[in-house]
Amino acid sequence: MHVVVDLNRCQGYAQCVFLAPRVFALHGEEALTYTPAVPRDQEERVREAVVACPVQAILAGERAGP
Amino acid sequence: MTTPARDGRIVVVGASLAGLRAAETLREKGFTGELTLVGDEPVPPYDRPPLSKQVLLGRVAAGDCGLPARRPVDARWKLGVRATGLDATRKRVLLADGEELPYDRVLIATGTRARPWPHPEEAALDGVFTLRTDEDAARLAARLDAGPRRVLVIGAGFTGSEIASACRERGLPVTVAERGRAPLIGALGGTAAAFATRLQRAHGVDLRCGVTVTSLRGSGGRLTGAAFSDGSSIDADIAVVALGAVRNTEWLDGSGLAAGPRGVACDAGCRVFTMYGIVTDDVFVAGDVARFPHPLFEYQMIALEHWGNAVAQAEVAAHNMVSPGPLRRPHLTVPAFWSSQFGLNIKSVGVPTFSDQVILAQGRPEDRRLVAVYGYRGRITAAVTVDRAKWLDHYRHLIETGAPFPPAPGAADFHAGHEPVPSDVPDPRVLSHGPTVALTGHLPDRRLTLLRPGG
Repeated sequence: MHVVVDLNRCQGYAQCVFLAPRVFALHGEEALTYTPAVPRDQEERVREAVVACPVQAILAGERAGP
Repeated sequence: MTTPARDGRIVVVGASLAGLRAAETLREKGFTGELTLVGDEPVPPYDRPPLSKQVLLGRVAAGDCGLPARRPVDARWKLGVRATGLDATRKRVLLADGEELPYDRVLIATGTRARPWPHPEEAALDGVFTLRTDEDAARLAARLDAGPRRVLVIGAGFTGSEIASACRERGLPVTVAERGRAPLIGALGGTAAAFATRLQRAHGVDLRCGVTVTSLRGSGGRLTGAAFSDGSSIDADIAVVALGAVRNTEWLDGSGLAAGPRGVACDAGCRVFTMYGIVTDDVFVAGDVARFPHPLFEYQMIALEHWGNAVAQAEVAAHNMVSPGPLRRPHLTVPAFWSSQFGLNIKSVGVPTFSDQVILAQGRPEDRRLVAVYGYRGRITAAVTVDRAKWLDHYRHLIETGAPFPPAPGAADFHAGHEPVPSDVPDPRVLSHGPTVALTGHLPDRRLTLLRPGG
């Protein structure tokens, strides 16, 4: 699973940071950073974060490509 | 029933963010024909923004920045192959491996590349880098791991500033050289850029503005230092050239399209113009390489090197490639971007350089939380926030509706006494890069043309 966050849309509610702290982290008070390649044991947590994001900024899915 | 627009052959040239999202949208909109993606990089699409942030901090490997798919895409991928030409008459894309790809419609999404250091011998020194691709980021991150004595960053735009931030966070000594008066001045104007100056210095950056790097010195093929136009010099074992981007349009030379160093000119529906300013109906463009007229900015031709624009414009272009004329949509998205640097989240909507004034609408620079609102001739044209992202949607709405500048007070922490000041940017018409195609008086959202008698 890979993840990308539309950081134009992100408003720093940080629900993803609470739900999947090994994938999402706040850098300072508001800037979100994340690990694009999701460790397998974190996939369920990331799915929860996708649903919980108040502005629906997280896209998770299989890596795009051939 | 299959409509002609949903059948046939589509070639997407460029397999990064814009090309990928366009391909997905084509399938989502019901395109059932042959789809081919061409990309000169040998790897599947990946996300570039993390390269100057998480990757340089050593938290994410450069090769682990793949983009998730929105949906499966039935397509032929030609990766690691450069497009070398476009024959608009025979409707073929020419590739470096000799193959010719026939098309009924083609999307140009070839993006940009890092502007190289202008002196090839100096650029070839070990220790001189640019940062655009995953390979660039992997090499640079490895060298930062090795603990250089000093890093020189040439250019203090967003990429250069983010690189400097990552280096300081790793505890590395950094010198930033910027020809302009302040970091980020080209994007935010001089008034807001003064904040960036204080920010960099507060984080220990050796910031040198108003100077150029006159030479990179080497010994035995390795970088040893740099000399500046003010006569000073430094020792450095890494130099990152962050002088902006070059649009990948050379492959379109001779195609007869309106393509050049400023980008590929298109109409509001992403249809590419010929060199005579005549719109095509089978060649489309999206992403960093596109120049398009924006109604919120007086229909000036704007080229945006923004992540969000690549996605939004790819969606519009793909929709229009498979939709008959009356169902086509204009690309009207309000420009937006973000940057994280020195622990702060800097975000923007609108075009800050399309302004004559700016006002500090909320917050205070000394608190490192603020909203700056930009206006042009009495209309709000942009807003920039520092750790205040939740306010941006409000200002986006004011930009879209042409709300008057300065904005009315109302925010809880509005500080009385702030007055608009000059935003200190070059003439906003500089933004247009001297349009070769000008569209005026045309309101694509209303699908009509207004004729105003003179006098």
